[in-house]
Amino acid sequence: MKESWQYKIFKVFNVAVLLLVVFITLFPFVNIVAQSFSSEAYINAGEVSLWPKGFNIETYKVIMSDEVFWLNYKNTVVYTIVGTLISLILSTMIAYPLSKTRLKGRKFLTLFFVFTMFFNGGLIPNYVLVTSLGLGNSIWAIVLPNAISVFNMLIMRTFFENIPDELEEAAIMDGSSTFGILFRIVLPLSKPIIATMFLFYAVTHWNSWFQAFIYFTEKDLFPVSIYLRNMIKGAEATVGTGATSADNLVQISANIKSVTMVLTVIPILMVYPYIQKYFVSGVMLGSVKG
Amino acid sequence: MEGVSKLKQNQKLKNSLWRSIKKDWQLYALIGLPVIYLIIFKYVPMIGNIIAFRRFIPGGNIFGEQWVGLQYFKMFLNDPTFYNVFANTFILAFLLLVITFPAPIIFALLLNELKNRMFKRFVQTASYLPHFFSVVVVAGMVFELLALNGPVNSLLAGIGFDKISFMQLPEWFRTIFVSVDLWQTLGWGAILYLAALTGINQELYEAARIDGANRWKQTIYITIPGILPTIVVLLILNIGNFLQIGFEKVLLLYNPLTYETADVIATYVYRVGLESGSFSYGTAIGLFESIIGLVLVLGANYLSRRITDNSLW
Repeated sequence: MKESWQYKIFKVFNVAVLLLVVFITLFPFVNIVAQSFSSEAYINAGEVSLWPKGFNIETYKVIMSDEVFWLNYKNTVVYTIVGTLISLILSTMIAYPLSKTRLKGRKFLTLFFVFTMFFNGGLIPNYVLVTSLGLGNSIWAIVLPNAISVFNMLIMRTFFENIPDELEEAAIMDGSSTFGILFRIVLPLSKPIIATMFLFYAVTHWNSWFQAFIYFTEKDLFPVSIYLRNMIKGAEATVGTGATSADNLVQISANIKSVTMVLTVIPILMVYPYIQKYFVSGVMLGSVKG
Repeated sequence: MEGVSKLKQNQKLKNSLWRSIKKDWQLYALIGLPVIYLIIFKYVPMIGNIIAFRRFIPGGNIFGEQWVGLQYFKMFLNDPTFYNVFANTFILAFLLLVITFPAPIIFALLLNELKNRMFKRFVQTASYLPHFFSVVVVAGMVFELLALNGPVNSLLAGIGFDKISFMQLPEWFRTIFVSVDLWQTLGWGAILYLAALTGINQELYEAARIDGANRWKQTIYITIPGILPTIVVLLILNIGNFLQIGFEKVLLLYNPLTYETADVIATYVYRVGLESGSFSYGTAIGLFESIIGLVLVLGANYLSRRITDNSLW
């Protein structure tokens, strides 16, 4: 089969366009990394693009020795772990029963969950609820209100539905209870979907900031995302400990911001190679059947 | 007679439900906790919207103190800022729909033409990355890129233009917002289309080649119809979320200088409700927005079922 000359031109053009997309996608990130290793003078002169100029790692040292930063970073780790576990357990508890066609009221229950995807209480009633429950300034204010993603739950349910019934029937013959089946047969077979969900939820919890922003007033509880948010919104006062004197701060601020951003995304970058594979298959699993 | 048989039927239904609960009590027990969770954290706030019709006093009853009828709705209908944020919301949502909705489709089609698997994987891997960055980091990158001495302005200066203080100019906000959204969602949005593309029967292409169809014709007559159901479902979802235009991103990127074009319903609700403490007023505006969203998704789903046979439910 001979290719037409139009198609050949298209192919060259296509590769060029896709390379441009890749460049634009990666540029902002590479630029931030380059800035984080550059000296402020070059940044201010607008000379840093893809490679550091006036190489320095002083700012990394400054940030790394900032107690507030470390405290906030540690908070994020704790919130992410606790939040992910709660989300994962709750999602499994819904998805598994809903995957059983014999469950009476299954349709109604599904609708009960799915409806929350299209209609929600809105910002203020949610705020009123969380504060009335006395959850403000506690980890529960950020891990509970959005613990379940109905979309993730549906993907999980689809996965469970595809586990052959024969396996469970055999277990019932052997006298296994529902919990026994869930723990000994279904969950061990569901490692791919559990890994996917784990990563989905972990990334969401790691990246979240708004909940903490509205419910937290105690700085000791802030996640690192709030630390960064205050920095980019110009409230540099949050970085006020030890080595970073006020003068220093104004001088190295662009640099400080980029270092903080890099440190904030490092965990994401570390898991990304693993995430990639799972995320793609996870989304595809969910898309096969709604 | 009829009443009696209905009663019997009801009784039977109850009995069978009861039997089923008895037999599968463990399944119901599993789902019990999440249902309670959902009632508390999702359904109670929905009912909490009632404070849009009642006067709410901070620290008081979460459902408000006394009925005030439509007072708060009248208030926003007479509020000039409301019309501005309403228009901003629609303009931004419309721009997102016409730009960031089709872009992943085109991107997936272009990727699909690549024969080199390594290169394809490389492009995909790179394009998903921004999806995993937190909005805070993304906003930080935008500020750095568009700073007066940032790379974009250096480029502009390099080719003889004046530097622009992008983040302070209302006329730039929409461009920036849509570009950021496109940057963050292009690769991720393409995944579902790529999945749909792999599902197209390869024999169709062979048949078309034998009939002398070139790549372009194959794309028009086989590829696009093949991914159309996916496009429709995602379009319905998009229309349902029409008004939910990245509230957090706007909140991080805007400032009083750019309110004129950047302030949307959700950010206005945030400022009115949480910053100024007018909880009932903010709830009224928020409820209005949610109801439009719900009507849009129901409407889009209905239309789609009538016209294309594809629907979410």
